[in-house]
Amino acid sequence: MASYRLFRRFANWVEGEEVYPIPEIEKNGSSVREHPITEDMARVRSSDEGVGTLLRRWMDSPQGVAAFRRVYTVTAALLCAAIVTLLLVTVSYLPRFGAPDNPANNEVPRRYIEQGLSETGAINVVAGMILDYRAFDTLGESNVLFAATVAVLILLRDDGEGKKKKRAIPELKQEPERERPDPILRASAAVVGPFALLYGVYVILNGHLSAGGGFSGGAILGAALMLLSAAFGQEKLERVFTARRCKALTFLALMCYALLKSWSFYTGANHLPSGIPLGTPGSILSGGLILPLNICVGLVVGCTMYSFYACFRSGGMRDGT
Amino acid sequence: MTAVQNYPFALIMLFLASGVICFVLSGRIAKWYCLVLCGVGTVMMAMTLRYVLAAGESYVYLMGHFPSPWGNELRIGPFEALMAALFCAIALFSIMGGMEHILEDCEERKVNLYFASFCLLMSSMLALIFTNDLFTAYVFIEINTITACALVMLNYRNGGALIATTRYLIMSLLGSGLFLIAVILLYDLTGHLLMEPLGAAVETLRMTGGYLFPLTVIVGLLSVGLGIKSAIFPFHTWLPDAHANATSASSALLSGLVLKAYVILLIKLIYRVMSMESHAVSFAADMLFVFGVLAMIIGSVLAMGEQDLKRMLAYSSVAQVGYIYAGIGLGTTAGMIAAGTQIVTHAITKPMLFCAAGGFMGVSGGSRRISDLRGAAWRDPLSGVAFFVGALSMIGIPLFGGFATKLQLTLASIALPGWKAWLSIAAIVLSTVLNAIYYLKTTAALYSKDGTSPYDELRVTYRTLYRALYVIAILAFIILNIWQGIGSGTFTGIIREGLSLLG
Repeated sequence: MASYRLFRRFANWVEGEEVYPIPEIEKNGSSVREHPITEDMARVRSSDEGVGTLLRRWMDSPQGVAAFRRVYTVTAALLCAAIVTLLLVTVSYLPRFGAPDNPANNEVPRRYIEQGLSETGAINVVAGMILDYRAFDTLGESNVLFAATVAVLILLRDDGEGKKKKRAIPELKQEPERERPDPILRASAAVVGPFALLYGVYVILNGHLSAGGGFSGGAILGAALMLLSAAFGQEKLERVFTARRCKALTFLALMCYALLKSWSFYTGANHLPSGIPLGTPGSILSGGLILPLNICVGLVVGCTMYSFYACFRSGGMRDGT
Repeated sequence: MTAVQNYPFALIMLFLASGVICFVLSGRIAKWYCLVLCGVGTVMMAMTLRYVLAAGESYVYLMGHFPSPWGNELRIGPFEALMAALFCAIALFSIMGGMEHILEDCEERKVNLYFASFCLLMSSMLALIFTNDLFTAYVFIEINTITACALVMLNYRNGGALIATTRYLIMSLLGSGLFLIAVILLYDLTGHLLMEPLGAAVETLRMTGGYLFPLTVIVGLLSVGLGIKSAIFPFHTWLPDAHANATSASSALLSGLVLKAYVILLIKLIYRVMSMESHAVSFAADMLFVFGVLAMIIGSVLAMGEQDLKRMLAYSSVAQVGYIYAGIGLGTTAGMIAAGTQIVTHAITKPMLFCAAGGFMGVSGGSRRISDLRGAAWRDPLSGVAFFVGALSMIGIPLFGGFATKLQLTLASIALPGWKAWLSIAAIVLSTVLNAIYYLKTTAALYSKDGTSPYDELRVTYRTLYRALYVIAILAFIILNIWQGIGSGTFTGIIREGLSLLG
């Protein structure tokens, strides 16, 4: 009898009948599964009695859900603890940190350190590594930032035109605290802001000579812009720094990076001389491509940080005129 | 060095730069630009493939002026070139097939951002295919993660897409994190990031027996990290929602290509860093095999219970990825060839099914529920044919692509002594039966005109241009499928040669 019922259900399923009808709300509304329980409850209603049904009914009852939550929490904690233990045990097997005969101290870093200056022209060995020896990784890295910008713009950019009907986050109000000037913030930003901008530029331009470079300098630039924007309002900043200009800067910086590096990859792979002078180590115009690349990276990082801030604050920068 | 040898590098840079270019173009121009770019890419990669096949060997391309252990490198062989050519072609057809839906689902002023993400995604997948460097792989995995999530998220007016993206992002980042930890540990033990010196150093470690425990953990982390990102069975939970809620072109790209890019990277790692001999006897191979076999069955069972067409296709992807991992887990060259064949088969079939699903939704008021789609194949006959061909291929009927996989996998299993052979053959049989049940049932529902669907009288007027693109894409997919089914020797032969050159 049971097998016949099973067969009937299978035959109905093949016929296309819905074994577990989904409630009307989901049929009519959007396809959001707002509450998985509603669907499961519907399953209970329609299916016939059996051990599986009883189990499912218990799982859908409040006690069942609570029990599932407890089991879930405990299992998650146990799994995390197990993975943490495994990784810690692994670390205990690793070579001692900082020992001179570690496998990581091989010919690779030796060449970076010993010949880095003569081969890349950069006094800052790290700049030589990330922008010359392994420039492809860094190119990818700056495109990660760009990809993140694109993703954030997709979600948060408010085009104005779609404001009424199709905002992703309807309850977001525009510039909620514009009318509340904060004297302390303004006064300190007026003093710190220009110096922070200048310092960011300094760190970028000296990336090949001292600690720093495009990523850190760009972060300083972006932070300075955020500070100014928070203190004086986004409209003030948009007199000079509009969405259009930010877009243009990002575009130019990434295209420059791609073109310059393509040239250097192309000549390298084809064993041609690149024709880029390395200059005198120590002077500001030295290090071959490292200085222009640092500038590109710095611009990308700064623009990315600031446009994130603008997006989260008020749905993006205005296009300006 | 001949000009052809520069093409892989040039194409990666071209896609990277195009991401930035699409960012400033208007959506109207960007969409044509991307189509042309994919077409050019396909031709370039086909020429590269012809070159490496004629040369009979792979070559290394320096990214800069510094050789192996110091600088970045690409490595191009028949396997990589075939996959790259295929990826460009599939991307072209997926975008063509889903163009109308992209323009419907996106806000008008964000269409260019869709194509910017698409270009970056393509660039990252090509870089993952060609790279010879673990850290480069990690960087491009990051790009891949972000842009893949962006492609799902762009459909955010369908509320489910945001939830799906969040879940996808979390799981995907977990996978990247495990991969990064593995790369760090590996660097700490060997001091190398490029695959050749890394493979040599790992081989030395294995000979001397040093660091055995960390090495095991590394292999596990690499497999699980890449496994999560390609939705191997117990970590597949993010996949159905993400693939179902995206616009149909994104679903096609994500299921056809993004899942495979990680598998290809894993295959390269197995051949070039861990070595096939040690992979064959490793615990990781057994683990991947068991997960793959479970995925083949459980993915199909879950697909049977679905009443949402795109979620059903997504669960079917879980099962199909299971075939790939079962092949890898067999631990033999034949198994790897079967896995490669399955990568090709699934990449040419699933995007077609998703495009067809998009076509059905277009004539059914945008609903994805199979009960609403009853009779949809009569309202949109071309999508009906495409779905039927895709279904036959996924089941594994001879003359269609899926048969090539099942044949290769069965042959690989028979050659193997022990428990894996029996388990694998049993799983293939069971999975085939399950596939047949739910695919044929769905096809029957799509073709049944019993007047129960509220959309029976719906007449849709297509925009001629996009419809033409759709027709071309679907025809191309069908031809590829039948080619893979009848002349499966073409792709399988290239994969065999490519894998032998990888080792």
